[in-house]
Amino acid sequence: MNSSSNLINALFIFVLAGFIGFEVIRRVSPLLHTPLMSLTNALDAIAVVGAIVLVGEHKSTLSAVFGFIAVVAATSNIVGGFLITDRMLKMFKSSRPAAKPAAK
Amino acid sequence: MTGELAGSQVVIELVYLIASVLFILSLKWMSSPTTARHGIWAGEIGMLLAICGTLLHHGIVDYRLIAIGLVLGTIIGVPLGRVAMTAVPQRTALSHAFGALCVTLVGSAEFYLRTPDISRFMMAVLSLEVILGGLTVTGSLMAAGKLQEILPQRPLTYKGQNLVNFLLLAAALAIAITLVLHPEQRSLFPFMILIALAFGVLLIIPIGGADMPTVISLLNGYAGLSAAAMGFVLDSKLLIIAGALDGSSGLILSIIMSKAMNRSFTNVLFGAFGQVQAAGAAGEEARPVRSATPEEAAAILSAANKVIVVPGYGMAVAQAQHKVRELYDALTKRGVEVRFAIHPVAGRMPGHMNVLLAEADIPYDRLIEMDEINGDFPQTDVALVIGANDVTNPAARSDASSPIYGMPILDVDKAHTVMVIKRSMNPGFAGIDNPLYYLDNTLMLFGDAKAFVGSIVRELSGGHG
Repeated sequence: MNSSSNLINALFIFVLAGFIGFEVIRRVSPLLHTPLMSLTNALDAIAVVGAIVLVGEHKSTLSAVFGFIAVVAATSNIVGGFLITDRMLKMFKSSRPAAKPAAK
Repeated sequence: MTGELAGSQVVIELVYLIASVLFILSLKWMSSPTTARHGIWAGEIGMLLAICGTLLHHGIVDYRLIAIGLVLGTIIGVPLGRVAMTAVPQRTALSHAFGALCVTLVGSAEFYLRTPDISRFMMAVLSLEVILGGLTVTGSLMAAGKLQEILPQRPLTYKGQNLVNFLLLAAALAIAITLVLHPEQRSLFPFMILIALAFGVLLIIPIGGADMPTVISLLNGYAGLSAAAMGFVLDSKLLIIAGALDGSSGLILSIIMSKAMNRSFTNVLFGAFGQVQAAGAAGEEARPVRSATPEEAAAILSAANKVIVVPGYGMAVAQAQHKVRELYDALTKRGVEVRFAIHPVAGRMPGHMNVLLAEADIPYDRLIEMDEINGDFPQTDVALVIGANDVTNPAARSDASSPIYGMPILDVDKAHTVMVIKRSMNPGFAGIDNPLYYLDNTLMLFGDAKAFVGSIVRELSGGHG
């Protein structure tokens, strides 16, 4: 199933994606480090695709049960992660363009 | 899979490719607050595409259970997305635990489905996946417990701690190697998981609250790496990419955090902080300090031209950020230039202070990083320290015997006047005495941060019109 050329391909992808990640994330403003972490957390929950296949194929009771819990855990990360990241980013406002509501 | 992919498989892979691109764009747009929200949309679309694509997978026979899982996950996820901003660090730790739980469970299921016919490389990656996943599950739960203050926050240490941790890790690796060589010994697998889970607990026990920003970043990195390992096991390029992105993000943040504390990874993980200095700090409480009332503080602040506010975790604990915003408004109205100095490890996770101040409607261009603002303190009339302690401690520059010696700090002591809002003279979280409080240009403002800032605001608006 997994020939050695597949493995080599996977390693290439891993190393290159790691480089992209490093370069892209180095440029993220320290202002946004908290939303960055909640966003990467939501993206990381893409592991749900593995869990979905596990549940859907239903090859054994154990795999279906583990897969089901995994789907629940990952989905809650996706939903919660995107929600809170969006809430946080909405709060970041600049003092320049949109005038701040005047102080009392 | 024999070379040629089936039609639906090609579609799925292409959808995954688009999702990968969207994920990378999503992170790229996080570089600035002006584009960051596009990043979320890109991430959401990518995620939706990937999930829909996966549902096309030809082997899927049971859609009902998948649907129940997705709905249940959404029901749990929505409240987790609506927690208060002060609770974001523990929420983040909890979500690292959930992510790692997913990875560990899928890895375990794959182990029982595939063994004993599994290649050595695959078994090695699978072991890495479940060991990293397992220790991240319990480690993150411990961190969340400490942050939520369900568990004691003081670092817990005992003799031979590092030896125990090392032996546990070695045992887990020994089982992993045995399984690589003899995958038919399936009964060993649960022990490997159990050891990884125990290791995660023991790893976090000696970690104190001040180290949480580093530890959360590190757990973030582990969660990402375990997901990437899962990608290798499932031969999923999308998962490898997402895991690598998350892993490098966690790694970069950990490096930034450890630099900001002048400590190495190993030091954070294998050396508890609160130990050495507890004895030393007790003796020297009697030195004189100068204190001031809210009226005096308000008078000094309104006479100033430039003010820098230095917030710390204490501000979050006292829920003072909205009062701080009122102070910012009152001073800005009087023509005082107010900025905020943000130390990278202020708070309990990377960027924590920025989020709290942004929530209080303070514009983000007023929030300045340490390296950028440190040179401005000598030209600053008042540095107002609210709930920050160690990150302002001049002993880090001058006293080689201090446990925080060498840590980069905010040079508040160089401002013309330093005002420190503090409950009492008790030393801060790490138990280190702060010579800042005894300087001639320092005024101590004793009281609850929220109440004290509130009184200053009243003085400013009432007293002088």
